Order: sequence, then C-alpha cells, then structure tokens
Amino acid sequence: MAEFWTGYAWPAIWIGLQVVAIIIPLLLCVAYLVYAERKVIAAIHLRRGPNVVGPYGLLQPIADGMKLFFKETVIPTGANRGVFIIAPVLTFTLALIAWAVIPVGDGLVIADINVGILYLFAISSLGVYGILMAGWASNSKYAFLGGLRSAAQMVSYEVSMGFIIISVLLVVGSLNLSDIVNAQRHIWFVIPLFPMAVIFFVSTLAETNRHPFDLPEAEAELVSGYNVEYSSMAFALFFLGEYANMILMSAMTTILFLGGWLPPFNVAPFTWIPGPIWFAAKIAFCLFIFLWVRATFPRYRYDQLMRLGWKVFLPISLAAVVIVGGVVLAFDIQSLVK
Amino acid sequence: MNELLLEYLPILIFLGIAGGLAAAIIVASLIIAPQRPDPEKLSAYECGFEAFEDARTRFDVRFYLVAILFIIFDLEVAFLFPWAVSLGEIGVFGFWSMVVFLGILTVGFVYEWRKGALEWE
Repeated sequence: MAEFWTGYAWPAIWIGLQVVAIIIPLLLCVAYLVYAERKVIAAIHLRRGPNVVGPYGLLQPIADGMKLFFKETVIPTGANRGVFIIAPVLTFTLALIAWAVIPVGDGLVIADINVGILYLFAISSLGVYGILMAGWASNSKYAFLGGLRSAAQMVSYEVSMGFIIISVLLVVGSLNLSDIVNAQRHIWFVIPLFPMAVIFFVSTLAETNRHPFDLPEAEAELVSGYNVEYSSMAFALFFLGEYANMILMSAMTTILFLGGWLPPFNVAPFTWIPGPIWFAAKIAFCLFIFLWVRATFPRYRYDQLMRLGWKVFLPISLAAVVIVGGVVLAFDIQSLVK
Repeated sequence: MNELLLEYLPILIFLGIAGGLAAAIIVASLIIAPQRPDPEKLSAYECGFEAFEDARTRFDVRFYLVAILFIIFDLEVAFLFPWAVSLGEIGVFGFWSMVVFLGILTVGFVYEWRKGALEWE
C-alpha cells in the first residue's frame, strides 16, 4: 500500500497540480486577452472600450463569462447532437493540452519530451477537426460553408508552417523545445531567419482564423460561420479555444524565433529578470501584433487567401528549406549551436 | 514501466484534466441555466426563412483538391523531420538525396499549378 502511494499516487497528484498551475493562469490570460483586444482596438479607433464594469472595465470578461454561463444551450433539431456537443469540447481540450510541452522557463516544463515540436505541430493540426465537426453537425448552410472554408484555409497554411519549422530544425538539429531555445543563446533566430519568421507569423494568423484571414466567420456573408448555431457555454468553449490558440501560436513564435525565455542581451540588468517573465513579455508582444493587424488590415478575398498560401508561401518556404539546409551543411552550423 | 512512455504520462494526465474541465463546463451550464426550447428556437438559422433544403448538399470540388494536395505536402514535411535533425551526420550525400526527392515533388507541384488546380476565381 505504501508503495502504491510513493510509487504512483503522489507523482500523479504532483503532476496534476502542475497541470492546474498551467491551466488556471492560461484561462485568466484568455479572459484578459479578450479584454485587451477590445481595449487595444478601441484605442486605435480613438474610443474608450469597455469601462463600466469595475475599474477601467477590468471585470468585463468575468461579467461576459457569467452571462454566457447562464444562457440556454440551444441544440438545433436537425443537428447530430453527439458530434454537436463534442466539437467545442475537442477544440477547447486541444487548445489546452498543447501547453504540456511548452517550456515557460529553463527546465520549467511539464513534459520535456524529445519530440516536442512534432507534438505541437500534431496538436495544432488536430484543431481543424473541431471546426469541421461543428460545421457538419450543425446542419446549417452557413455553418457548413464556414467549416469547409476554415478547414481548407487551415490545411493550406499548415504546409508552409511545417516547412518553416523544418528550416528552424535544420539549424538546431533537435526536436526538443528546450534545445531549440538554448540554441538561440548567441542570436535569436528572428535575425538570421527573418523572412521565415515573417511567413511563420502570417501563417499563424491564418491558422487561428484571425484577421485579415477570418474568412470562416466573415460576419457580413457567413454570420460568423461554423459556430453560428452555438450558444451558451458551447459557444464560449469555441471562443476560449480560439483565443487560447492565439496564445499558443504566439508561444510557438516566441520559442522558434524570439529566443523563448532568454533575455535579449546576456548582460546584468537583463539577466536579473527571471525567464518566465521574458517569455510572457514576448508572448504579449506577439499578441499585440495580432490585435494591431486586426485593427489595421481589410479582410482578404478567398481566392487571394488561397493564392497567398499555395503560390507564394509554399514555394518560398520550400526554397528556404533547401537554402538553409545547404548553408547549415556548408558551415556545420548544427555543431556550432550545440 | 518503460522510461520513454513515462515521459508521456504528464500529457495523458493533462488530457484527462483538460477534457474533464471542458465537459464539466458544458454539463454545469446545461444543469444550471434554464432550458425552454421551442420549435422556432431550435430551427437552423437562415435569415428568417424556413430552410429551403438540407444543408448537406454538393459543394465545390476544389475543397477535395486542396485536401489531397495537403496530404501530399504534409507527408513530405513528415519525411523532412528526421532528415533535418540528422543532417549533421548524413552529410552531403543525405542532403543531395533529399534535394532530388524535393525536385521530384516540385515537378508535381509545377504540373498542378499549370493545370490550374490552385486557381480560385
């Protein structure tokens, strides 16, 4: 019995506590990302944004959440009830579990698996299933078209994201996320791989269905697309999942190109600040660009979106893999960054 | 237990907690919030009209094309992962082998492009 406790139960409880220590701050960040989005866009529009509920409107996300929680869950008569309910649960779960492998600081990671980037890539690819299931199960034309568009868009940009990840891996020579960050202690990859970093960031915009690629929910034509039939907490899970995905994609950009938890310069005043704070600051910077882009650019047309993905990003990133591979081999960079 | 599998245990626990949380949120809302369904509320949304026909009708064949192209290129990415990690060991021969492979794929890509499989008007 004692062996059961020391061998299995306590380690499992300890891991469970670590998981909760990731999930709760993450959900708080998601709630306040929604608030930050409204405030930032309001500032860009020269408006005030939410300012009624609590000081500076700081309790607005809590109020929105409570309102959604006490709403009726509508399941349309024509819908496949099982799939209809599973779709938001899947989207939300996938957006959370990717965080199991994200290193927020040196050694601060729940599961330091040696194929971390592959796991992240796989989980973010699975996100398309939640949207397809929602679009199909709703049995509504808007939801169906929105789901189809979204799936086609996500898979198109995933290909170029994959090639960009490969070009980073070529430099690092490891799939482990902590190794990828440590390889950037001399220089962040955003400087030598600048064009790839830009393509990666634009692809993450398309992957999370954000402006200017928010075709799936184009409110003027598809009345918000795949989630049009959802209400109450089922809708809220989609919403939270989408914003959690934004944070996840910013974390991926940070790890691959902005040096993860490393300070910008390895000298005194910068090294006093602990790693997780640097990590959070870089994620916040990426998220700010997400919001800035939303307030600045008009929406793409669908053919323009597909053209950008397949005819611009794919050839460039394919060429980047060959070029980076050649340079890495010629100057033996993999052993330099070890 | 196997060391390698043990590394994945936290992910399994994470999956359980996250999935449980998502399910609990929906079930709690279903129980607490008042549910008063009526036929009009439960009909599919379509700009105030009755739905003309089933939503699952024919749709553009290009979506299939995109899906098939995606499978080809994503498989290619899957091939590139082990190659990228071991490039330091397999050296020049490994590099050129992959360039040949990518070249063959590029021929297919150019063919699709010229055939107009990537056109959306």
